Amino acid sequence: MTVKEIVKEHGNKRENLLQILHDIQNQNPDNYICEKAICELSKEMNIPVSGIKGTASFYTMFSFTPRGKYIIRVCESPPCHILGAQTIFEAIELKLGIEVGETTDDGLFTLEGTSCLGVCGVAPAMMINEEVYGNLDKEKISKILSLIQNKERK
Amino acid sequence: MSVNIIINNMEVNVPRDTTILDAAKKIGIKIPTLCYLADLQNPGSCRMCIVEVEGAKALQPSCVTKVSEGMNIRTNTKKVRDARKIILELLLSDHPWECNTCDRNQSCELQKLADEYGINEVRFQSVRERMPLDESTPGIIRDPNKCILCRRCVSVCQDVQGVDTLAPRARGFDTIIAPGQGDMLSEAVCVQCGQCAAVCPVGAISEKDDIDKVWEAIDDPNKFVVVQTAPAIRAALGECFDLKPGALIKGKMTTALRRLGFDKVFDTNFTADLTIIEEGTELLTRLKKALVDKDKNVALPMFTSCSPGWVNYMESFYPELIPNVSTCKSPQQMFGAVAKTYYASKVDKKKEDIIVVSIMPCTAKKFECNRDEMNDSGVKDVDYVLTTRELGKFIKQAGIDFINLPDEEMDAPLGTSTGAADIFANTGGVMEAALRTAYEIVTGKELPFKGLHIAPIEGLKGVKEASLKIEGTTKEWRFLEGVTLDVAVAHGLGNAKKLIESIKSGEKSYHFIEIMACPGGCIGGGGQPRMTTDAIRQARINAIYKEDEGRKFRKSHDNPAIKEIYEEFLIKPLGEKSHHLLHTTYTNKKEPSPKK
Repeated sequence: MTVKEIVKEHGNKRENLLQILHDIQNQNPDNYICEKAICELSKEMNIPVSGIKGTASFYTMFSFTPRGKYIIRVCESPPCHILGAQTIFEAIELKLGIEVGETTDDGLFTLEGTSCLGVCGVAPAMMINEEVYGNLDKEKISKILSLIQNKERK
Repeated sequence: MSVNIIINNMEVNVPRDTTILDAAKKIGIKIPTLCYLADLQNPGSCRMCIVEVEGAKALQPSCVTKVSEGMNIRTNTKKVRDARKIILELLLSDHPWECNTCDRNQSCELQKLADEYGINEVRFQSVRERMPLDESTPGIIRDPNKCILCRRCVSVCQDVQGVDTLAPRARGFDTIIAPGQGDMLSEAVCVQCGQCAAVCPVGAISEKDDIDKVWEAIDDPNKFVVVQTAPAIRAALGECFDLKPGALIKGKMTTALRRLGFDKVFDTNFTADLTIIEEGTELLTRLKKALVDKDKNVALPMFTSCSPGWVNYMESFYPELIPNVSTCKSPQQMFGAVAKTYYASKVDKKKEDIIVVSIMPCTAKKFECNRDEMNDSGVKDVDYVLTTRELGKFIKQAGIDFINLPDEEMDAPLGTSTGAADIFANTGGVMEAALRTAYEIVTGKELPFKGLHIAPIEGLKGVKEASLKIEGTTKEWRFLEGVTLDVAVAHGLGNAKKLIESIKSGEKSYHFIEIMACPGGCIGGGGQPRMTTDAIRQARINAIYKEDEGRKFRKSHDNPAIKEIYEEFLIKPLGEKSHHLLHTTYTNKKEPSPKK
């Protein structure tokens, strides 16, 4: 879908901006909102580029740089932090060879931190795309990531 | 309805909708503020203005909290003072400690508050990374490291100017104020009006400092350095030396410029008068084409072109108006072109050896003098532009005791001007000056308004309009007999947008429109002494009209030096020389290519 079509589907009122941004990002093969799309959106919705960027950059779910097919979001909220979110980051970094904000060379994974995922009962937690994983430890992480890698390599 | 409240044990009666901040001000109690901007924003986000309100759980931000009956307020208890100190310490912990080398040294609102609150230690460590300076545009310099996120610049850029260049980006601790496109102003649509720089409380947005380049030119014995001063400077420069807004200091300014070492002290007013002759003739020519020749291609209404911020805005947002904008260069650029041709030959100098320095109330003028079109003399027409604020610093650097200077006169011939040129400084002024001349050309009589002032287009209303019935025309202009000339004036680009939209929708129709990019016109320009409020704008405007009224000549066509330049050099308005030196072209900048 073009930006124009996405805007038409939701209506060009400002309150629809977030949903429109999600759709633009989701249909981008590199999982991000590109500059060109923002310029088009600005015209379609009559919102200045600075306004769209200001809104989109407020939310950690949006990205302005290309990302992998799977986005790993490790929860950085206090409960997860206390229960070892840092070791989760380290385990992923070790397994995939990327740091926060980076994407693996094969274009499969991007590692990000996120604010509370709302699953403190199973902290430490992370999301991979829409899937939530809790009670994480090094071994579990390795297994989850290997599963995805194997699936993609087939 | 009014309410009775108590502030610091003093009883005061104020209207119900008053904020605590305004109520306190009324009885002489000062509450410190940073993000608050009179008439424009009170987000209550910096928290500097917190006060104690009896019965309230927490300290209340006084810029947003409205008074209520019986409210008991204390503005300087230990609790309040300690909280404000912590707020300042937190702000300072992320602020570069470069006060001595900062453009705002001794004029910084944060520095002043740190001094007032006796901050002698900051207990918090900075964890912020340095961000690069934005020196990408000729007029404005941004230092995001110094930004305290007050968002005053965002408010003027979005709400007053409607340009929407600056906006907050990201959230929480990572928040920065940035241009919409890219990280640098040059990548975004910025009209360089400098209103952001005029309201910044700290050194995060300023004009680019060109004082050293001017020193260098003055120090070079092979250069003949002439200076021109815009009309708005004479009603504002005094504020750099603690004089009241609207103090008229033209004589002292002239003396100061001479003592700074300029070889000749000239006046942008001279070319403001020249603009009127050219632009007035252009308007009459367009009207003739439309009314007599029935030429469908002639573009009306005609818009003024003196304000480079407006020209930039038009080129980026309304390029379809390019044919409607007067082809006249701004007075600053006309001056450069005339100084390096007409004047150069008069004093037998090579154009390469003449340096033209402008003193402008404006940051966009720094941009304008660097435009590709502005080299019609064969070299760069205007070499350097200093803002009013920079001139204030320049004079101080030279050790000149400004306040006690005697008055001197500007040099002839490019320092000779009329009252019509003075009023170029404020909103409505260019229109009034143009009509003083145009009306007299077509009727042979003076403009039929009391004191030559067209009252409906004066003052600070955003969009103003007037109609003028042309009667008693001379033979040559008989086709205008009985025609009602409709004119409009807008100041501040947000108002310009409203006016243009009302024309595009067909609701309004005019013949001639004056637009100035800054609120109040040039007297409220982005390069004027900080801070400019409506009261200060009005004081400067009043001073400008006073200057105009005290003049021997008050109509541009009466200027003897203007008569002389046409006799000796230009021959006639819109003639071949004028076309080459005094007129320009514009560029459609609406569709800048996106970054990726």
